[in-house]
Amino acid sequence: MPRSVKKGPFICLKLTKKIQELNDTNKKKIVKTWSRASTISPEFVGHTIAVHNGNKMIPVYITENMVGHKLGEFSPTRIFRGHPMSKAEKAARMR
Amino acid sequence: MARIAGIDLPKRKKAYIGLTYIYGIGQHSSLSILEEAKVDPNKKIQELSEEEIAQIRAIMTTDYKVEGSLRSEVQQNIKRLMDIGCYRGLRHRRSLPCRGQRTKTNSRTRKGRRRTVAGKKKTPTK
Repeated sequence: MPRSVKKGPFICLKLTKKIQELNDTNKKKIVKTWSRASTISPEFVGHTIAVHNGNKMIPVYITENMVGHKLGEFSPTRIFRGHPMSKAEKAARMR
Repeated sequence: MARIAGIDLPKRKKAYIGLTYIYGIGQHSSLSILEEAKVDPNKKIQELSEEEIAQIRAIMTTDYKVEGSLRSEVQQNIKRLMDIGCYRGLRHRRSLPCRGQRTKTNSRTRKGRRRTVAGKKKTPTK
């Protein structure tokens, strides 16, 4: 179920404040955040935001298309590098 | 022969069922189209007059997105997700379910026919 329209989109207050500062001073700096649930608002466009994925901060460059999505959607938490191989398979693959 | 939106409608079906052969028209929108065109939904397609067909065609071109244009819109939406590199886009790229379903089992619609991995069920020797 979507979020109530009455409340408006959830945007982390601290993050908006930081972005606002950057916008006011016309600077570009990577902003770190842990708030993956934050919606991307139009003010963020053009900034690079480092979004935590539970392990690392993933830098995300915000483009216009991304507005309305959540920050966490751009910072994958799982890395899938293929299925684990048995030792015999691995040896066979090496040769 | 009734031909709407580039699709030949089945002659012997009722009108509201026949219209659902068009991509993007289900029974609900089919019924509302027929109501607007003042056509009896239970009339067979072959019994429809030329004016009635023209009426249906006019309503469909103004109010509904069907067939090619609808398909391309869907494809564009998916492409947008893939281009911005969000989670749903990544799932589309790998053709895996993107709404959080389990993938340990099932999800065969997205993954296609089962591919058995060779040498998986070997009994351990020794």
